[in-house]
Amino acid sequence: MKPFDYQRPDTLSGAHGAARDGATFIAGGTNLIDLMKLEVMAPDTLIDISRLGLDRIVPHGDGLHVGATVTNSDLAADMRIRRDYPVLARALLAGASGQLRNKATTGGNLLQRTRCPYFYDTATPCNKRSPGSGCAALGGEMRNHAVLGTSEHCVALHPSDMAVAMRALDVTVEVEGADGTRSETALDDFYRLPGDRPDQETTLDAGDLITGVILPAPFGGRQTYRKVRDRASYAFALVSVAATVRMENDRISNVALAFGGIGTRPWRDPDVEDLLTGETPTTALFEKAGDILMKDAVLREGLEFKDTLVRRLLTATLTEMTQ
Amino acid sequence: MTFDLKIDEPHPEHRADGLAQGVLEQDNDRPDGWLKVAGTATYAAEEQADDMLHGFLVRAPKIGAVSCPNVDDVRAMEGVRSVLRDPRMIRNAAQGTANEAPAQGVDRAAYVGQPVALVVAESFEQARHAAQALVVSVEEEDKPVQPDAVEPEKPEDKSTELGDLDRAMSEAAFTVDAVYTTPSMVSAAMEPHAATAHWDGETLTLRGSLQMLKFNRNELADSVGLDPKHVRVLAPYVGGGFGSKLGISADCVAAALAAMELKQPVRVVQHRRNVFEVNTRRSETRQHIRLAADTEGRLTGLGHEALVSNLPEEEFSEPVIQGSHFAYAASNRTLGMKVARIHRSAAGSVRAPGESVGVTAFEVAMDELAQAAGVDPVNLRLRNIPEKDPESGKPFSSHRLEAALRQGADAFGWSHRHAAPRQQREGEWWIGTGMAAAFRVNMVIEAEARISLTRDGATVMSDMTDIGTGSYAIFGQIAAELLGLPLDRIDAQLGDTRFPPGSGSGGSFGAASTGTAVWLAGMEIRKQIADRLGCSEAELTLKDGKATYANKRASLRDLLSDEPITGHGHVEPGEAAEKVRQATFGAHFAEVAVSDVTGEVCVRRMLGSFAAGRILNPRTATSQCHGGMTWGIGMALTEELTHDRRDGHAVNRDLAGYHLPVNADVPPLEVHFVEELDDWAGPMQAKGIGELGICGAGASILNAVYNACGARVRDMPATPDRVLAALPS
Ligand SMILES: Cc1cc2nc3c(=O)[nH]c(=O)nc-3n(C[C@H](O)[C@H](O)[C@H](O)COP(=O)(O)OP(=O)(O)OC[C@H]3O[C@@H](n4cnc5c(N)ncnc54)[C@H](O)[C@@H]3O)c2cc1C
Ligand code: SF4
Repeated sequence: MKPFDYQRPDTLSGAHGAARDGATFIAGGTNLIDLMKLEVMAPDTLIDISRLGLDRIVPHGDGLHVGATVTNSDLAADMRIRRDYPVLARALLAGASGQLRNKATTGGNLLQRTRCPYFYDTATPCNKRSPGSGCAALGGEMRNHAVLGTSEHCVALHPSDMAVAMRALDVTVEVEGADGTRSETALDDFYRLPGDRPDQETTLDAGDLITGVILPAPFGGRQTYRKVRDRASYAFALVSVAATVRMENDRISNVALAFGGIGTRPWRDPDVEDLLTGETPTTALFEKAGDILMKDAVLREGLEFKDTLVRRLLTATLTEMTQ
Repeated sequence: MTFDLKIDEPHPEHRADGLAQGVLEQDNDRPDGWLKVAGTATYAAEEQADDMLHGFLVRAPKIGAVSCPNVDDVRAMEGVRSVLRDPRMIRNAAQGTANEAPAQGVDRAAYVGQPVALVVAESFEQARHAAQALVVSVEEEDKPVQPDAVEPEKPEDKSTELGDLDRAMSEAAFTVDAVYTTPSMVSAAMEPHAATAHWDGETLTLRGSLQMLKFNRNELADSVGLDPKHVRVLAPYVGGGFGSKLGISADCVAAALAAMELKQPVRVVQHRRNVFEVNTRRSETRQHIRLAADTEGRLTGLGHEALVSNLPEEEFSEPVIQGSHFAYAASNRTLGMKVARIHRSAAGSVRAPGESVGVTAFEVAMDELAQAAGVDPVNLRLRNIPEKDPESGKPFSSHRLEAALRQGADAFGWSHRHAAPRQQREGEWWIGTGMAAAFRVNMVIEAEARISLTRDGATVMSDMTDIGTGSYAIFGQIAAELLGLPLDRIDAQLGDTRFPPGSGSGGSFGAASTGTAVWLAGMEIRKQIADRLGCSEAELTLKDGKATYANKRASLRDLLSDEPITGHGHVEPGEAAEKVRQATFGAHFAEVAVSDVTGEVCVRRMLGSFAAGRILNPRTATSQCHGGMTWGIGMALTEELTHDRRDGHAVNRDLAGYHLPVNADVPPLEVHFVEELDDWAGPMQAKGIGELGICGAGASILNAVYNACGARVRDMPATPDRVLAALPS
């Protein structure tokens, strides 16, 4: 681990003041510290954001504002979340382990880095870690990699469960720039595709601090999060789905579907939802939704199974939710 | 005085049953348990010294000739005291019982991950940062890393050819002919390998995390070039080993060399990612199994041929077929091993080498036969129990498989099972049950122990280790039983080469081998007490600190002078191994649910029924079986060390990527012991239990998966994608 300075400001302006080149915010540290130990990330200053008062969940219009340092455990346990956004509570509880969720934060979870094993291995080339060096995963062992949104430069998955649920919920990310200006970005626009710059993962600028996430008014309807993984806990998703569905007169009146384990970012495809909206639920319809979802998938060696798995999961989940 | 015993003959006199204290076979606490729970038992990396230096191992990123062009820059980094590139550093951990240095050297990396330097600094963080800064350039050599990329060696001494299997196959009423694979696996003990070395100019004292100290001392001495007399190794507490700490490890040798060079204590802790590649892995296996059976399911022929791998110069090869030599009767037999020399990290003993993967695959094949022949799987095993060793013709020392099968089946409720697959469903989940037999060779190895009895109590001493298995507890019980003392008056001191050489922990032989040495030492003391009382040892009763013979009664305090009485026990394997075939047996039963949507498998309950001789402490024995059965879940469903296809490196080398079963994967585990006293196992009639629990456990799960949903998975682990692919449409 490279030696670094550590600062723990008490105010947002203090945090912005400390943010300069080479500085990195640290929240729960559950991802950052691991990466620093391996020197995949080597900031020279850490700005601890745990004392900025960003740890509250408060009403915001008809929805909620979730502070950036609210822990995954607290968010999952919050009565309003459990009642009005159960898909989110479930996704959170499907992630990591109890100990990690106690430390992991809302902002940190959105910004966690991929689990591509080559990204963590400084002995191998990786365009995300050192742009232009190549991609060791291509031609190597791919199982926890993406099939949608990939490029010839990077096939890394976004590993978050929470962010998948949030994508289905249409959340907005609230950001404060280094100069103190506040902006809001829909989560749909927050993550970039890897293209030829897989190191640039979001639309954040240097020094931008996530202050919170805004949940819109409760969607109602049925909600679920289902994660398929290699062991029952403490494993990333092979494939996951976050679904919210409302029915009217036995037809699907409103549906949102987001997927984990398949995309380079939490994946949502408006064409899938358009197909389903207004329709009577049938297995054939759901299978067609699977076709649309996977139409651009690139099934590299080792990842073929994701095609079958995600289609089955989609059909089963929609069948259950529209019954 | 020494009581020497060579196990040449059976021990039909069951002395343990006639002793008076009544602590043997009892469910007693482990004396080290509280220390471990409270965090006061110190592990190798917790050793303190004011002037401690810290070493960090540097790994080779490629296979080939290694050089480090910026060594001088790194030496100049803050806090750095040395960059060691010593030819005595070891390539990988020694194999169990090697007793000499393993392959050494830092100039040529035989596998990716090989330690090629040690950076020593004043703090751990400085050492680690400097280690990262050290440039390791490799002139790459093109070496095979895939087992099927080379022509394998065929060790002749590891094959059996009896009768004509091909003919038996063609004439059989029912056959199975299939290939099963298991991936590389690792021990993944909780405590990473770590060592603290002290050098006083003459003696090297090493606190390590090791399983077999008498061998480890010699391996270390040979590696660094010292006389073993000048080497002391300690490992009083070890946080799990599972085979990976049998031989001296890279951290120990590097720490010793650094301490000798810098004349300061040096600590080297293997980073978790080193642990996965510097220590021995279990080889991947490819197993071709053939079964030929008559109309009743009686085996007329069996074949078990396995391909495993290892690095050049490593003698060990995963003994996949070890259990198949004696598990089932069949007159036509083809058993053989092939070893591919490839450049993945070294393979060695991991959790029941041989049977854990060999019996597991074989027991899946037996399930396939049961299905084909329409015979109940339990009955199929019962029908094929051999009367004597099917290859050598030797009698079995004791054979309780039938009892294990019947008692296990009863306790599990096997009779309620649906014979055909896909009969029971709960929502999207298919429910099914499966079983497998368990086999494991039993071994005794040479061991010594000493007991010193004073007026206050007794001290048991051996360099034997307790790697979390319960050695402290059991040796205390044996000594207390023989000497007639309450447990709290026994102090067991283990894990120090200054004590008599025990067996070490490995191959499930620890409790029975070193335990027998403790028993003999206790017997020796009993004789001396009997002399003082004027009776024979057998006439003596010792209980609660009092000695009784006929109408004479004396307290031990009065019988003893200020001089302690010492007894030394020494056991060696003898002709027993020539005269009889000795093994432990068991049966596994599992119930699973399999998702028809995702292929996920959830184990709902498991039951194991085991025969392993006298059970010295049911609690520690049960814990061993729980561990084994949990490993069975890992083997069947989750564990796989993935090697990069291009350079063979271990890709998922941490506990997040290498999927050991977690609590949520492990259902209630029920363990039953079958009554057994194996007279050939020595004066305690006790056999090894540590590894039996894993052998075949995974097969019961895979067989249950088949019974649930009809998916026959032959490539382990049965991850959701593999189950889905095998699911009948
Ligand atoms: C073994 C393991 C298993 C896991 N399993 C899962 C899983 O199954 N599912 C899952 O979803 N996750 C899983 N995780 C990931 C875990 O959820 C993340 O590590 C965690 O959410 C990160 O949050 P943090 O607060 O600890 O972030 P940190 O580690 O503190 O930060 C992560 C990154 O975000 C930046 N950052 C943090 N907060 C802000 C902010 N407010 N503004 C700007 N930048 C910020 C940091 O600079 C850093 O780059 C697992 C992690 C581990 C170690
Ligand atoms: S997939 Fe992306 S993260 Fe993984 S090695 Fe390639 S570039 Fe790096």
